[in-house]
Amino acid sequence: MVKIDVDIPAKKLLLLGNEAIARGALEAGVGVATGYPGTPASEIIDTLAALAKKLGIYVEIGVNEKVAVEVAAGASFAGIPSLTVMKYNGLNVASDTVALLSPGNTGRGGLVMVVADDPGGISSDNEQDTRNIAKMLDVPLLEPSDPQEAKEMTKLLFELSAEMGCICQLRTVTRVAHARGTVTLGELKSGQHIANFDEAYNPAMPTLTKYNPNPASLMHLISLDRLKTIREKFESSEFNRYIGPDKPDLLIVVCGIGWVYAQESVRLLKLGDRVGILKIGTVWPLPEKLVRSYLSRVNKVLVVEEMDPFLERNLMEAASDLPADVQRITFYGKRSGHIEPYGELKPDKVIKALSDILGLNYRPRDEAYAKKAADLLNTLVFERGGAFCPGCPHRASFWAIKNALRMDGRDGFVTGDIGCYQQALMGTGFYQLRTCQSMGSAVGVASGLGKLAQFGFNQPVIAVCGDATFYHSAIPALINGVYNRADFTLVVLDNSTTAMTGFQPNPGTGVTVMGDQVKPVTIEAFCQALEIPVEVCDPFDLNSSVQVLLKNIQGDSRPRAIILRRECELTRNHREKSKPYNMSIDSSKCAGYDCGCNRYCYSVFNCPGIIWNEESNSAEIDEAVCSCCGVCVDICPSGAISRTEQL
Amino acid sequence: MKGLTRDPFNLIIAGVGGQGNLRMAEIIGQAVMKSGYLVSIGDTLGGAQRGGSVASQIRISSQIRYGPYIPEGQADIILGMEPIETLRMLTKYGSPATAVITSTRPISSVDLFGKRAIYPALEVILNSIRELAGKVWIIDAVREAMALGKPVYANMILIGAVVGTGLLPLHVESIEEQLQLLSVADAKINLAAVKRGFAMVAE
Repeated sequence: MVKIDVDIPAKKLLLLGNEAIARGALEAGVGVATGYPGTPASEIIDTLAALAKKLGIYVEIGVNEKVAVEVAAGASFAGIPSLTVMKYNGLNVASDTVALLSPGNTGRGGLVMVVADDPGGISSDNEQDTRNIAKMLDVPLLEPSDPQEAKEMTKLLFELSAEMGCICQLRTVTRVAHARGTVTLGELKSGQHIANFDEAYNPAMPTLTKYNPNPASLMHLISLDRLKTIREKFESSEFNRYIGPDKPDLLIVVCGIGWVYAQESVRLLKLGDRVGILKIGTVWPLPEKLVRSYLSRVNKVLVVEEMDPFLERNLMEAASDLPADVQRITFYGKRSGHIEPYGELKPDKVIKALSDILGLNYRPRDEAYAKKAADLLNTLVFERGGAFCPGCPHRASFWAIKNALRMDGRDGFVTGDIGCYQQALMGTGFYQLRTCQSMGSAVGVASGLGKLAQFGFNQPVIAVCGDATFYHSAIPALINGVYNRADFTLVVLDNSTTAMTGFQPNPGTGVTVMGDQVKPVTIEAFCQALEIPVEVCDPFDLNSSVQVLLKNIQGDSRPRAIILRRECELTRNHREKSKPYNMSIDSSKCAGYDCGCNRYCYSVFNCPGIIWNEESNSAEIDEAVCSCCGVCVDICPSGAISRTEQL
Repeated sequence: MKGLTRDPFNLIIAGVGGQGNLRMAEIIGQAVMKSGYLVSIGDTLGGAQRGGSVASQIRISSQIRYGPYIPEGQADIILGMEPIETLRMLTKYGSPATAVITSTRPISSVDLFGKRAIYPALEVILNSIRELAGKVWIIDAVREAMALGKPVYANMILIGAVVGTGLLPLHVESIEEQLQLLSVADAKINLAAVKRGFAMVAE
């Protein structure tokens, strides 16, 4: 990991966008940072947590994003510069509190919220543009174009938040948050502050004593006034700039990553003397005077931004206030279809839009070459789907679930949610997941399905969630199911970490993100407090797991819980740096195609650690890949696979 | 030290999740930045991090901050850690001017298990690479790495090969410095691997 706390101003580091944001927070003197892990935002908190004790700051992973925002808000009320971090789905969870923080003020320390959007759903299940939420909630928002700017904007937002008494948002996307770029460092500022909760802080209304947005209309008015002031400040922000001729044929207006893509496209197409680029960093509220001064010079505008036509619509609104004698502007972008209104932005999309609008005939490669390349791609190159890692407990858990449901024979199924285990939507988890929405949704959906007996519903329902998800948001749904006597089996796939986002701790792991040992909040104790049956089982004990599952899915009509507990193989291997067994396959015992098992270990159990040798008509261990967990020994009908203890 | 042979210089490292692709990109990126260039690195992850396709895109310029995505047909070097992944990137980002260094060792995929997909014969892949690329270096990096002790040294052999092309402002010493800064384990053997890769390509 790059050491981001070096105190050498002007030194250049190659930083991830997320590391640059963490650095920006340190240069702003952040005292408290909270968040909930989620790709592509996780490294901000991980980076700060690793430095927290050394720098005397406090870093916490909240149980969910709403609580994380509240923890940071508390610190801000006591005068501590505070940061809270989440991916975009997290803002959906947190927005209930953010909506009232926004008109109700934050403390004199300032409160900055970083939200990472994931256009294209590269590490997510949907596409969502959180700028719409910022606008709805009157939250000022900046959008960086690269890691350097992400650092500078983070710093500025701390100042703005403290000065104006409002929560401020930095919106990143995957290609900023997860890109590395050259970053020039500034000065570090101490994060050690004196905390004191006194009267509420509102520069616009000094008589305010409480942090609360009531009376609603009055406080709404005050926050609208504040936005006006901020809009005025943004008119002269250094994050907005223009390059190009005085009167261009076409004006490209960009924000975020669009800035680098637009510049590259203009350079590639050699349009520098015809096309201008106006870059807006202060995306909400939009500096309308600045924008109008450029819009009034052109009659064609292309808008380049990630996801929704957010900037585009706000520009059109600004343009509607242009004097009547100004020429009519045609707007190109996502609304016109010149750039697809879905998926991730790429330089190729900008090049194509520019070519279409200006009638250019740009071909990145000659036609015959491009066709040959496409043919080879289509005929030879297969898509590599994802899979559970070798040794992953989830493969065994879903194998057991699949078998238990089949033995039960009533067409039972699994509701699921977000985490590594959602790969059970695919072949690696035997296609067992049939629903998948938000964190904890498996339990809520099961709670609903479990009340349908009066409508003739008699399929068994299993809800799965991970350990981190259990704490994050499955708990209210479980209480709902228990209180309303819904009929379902909860299976907690407890791998004792938050694996998908980078192995962060959670309330069941007994350690905090700063490394302090604490008493875990155990899932079984929680279930016992709800007075529901709960059993713990090792998923690698395949037969017991099947039996326990079968007994529970045929249980009485109220929720019952099974915890399939085994540590994530990656965290185990990272700690122990050893393989548990020596694995071997006896090719004389493996009957291959003649076995009747349909090559069960290879093509059905589907662990990447087992490969098929066509010549010997036998399964083989791939020693470079196999984690030597040993679980496959119990699935071979011929007993050809064996494990021996490592000496 | 030589300067950039093109500005921006676009390097893609193509591989499979878990091979160490992102780490390699970081080592090369740091080493080039040390010589005063602006660097940006993006990664394109396929369907999943675990076992899916992963490609790092490294962009190097003497004065401009480029975005992390390379436009179609603009790769200068494709460094392939796995033959089918080399071809995947070459079909999208390659041109007759693209130089390719590729490892020959295939990596299996769960998609091959139930015969949902078929892995083409190695010679077919290599011929397709030769058909699309300019200069091509084919290296059995894993075999060379096993001779040094572990398959993972293949990564350093491939980095050494990139240095050996002379197309980038890099030399063996600048990689050695990064290995020390990043406290890479087995630094001595890794350095030997870098030198081995360099020798396989440099003329």
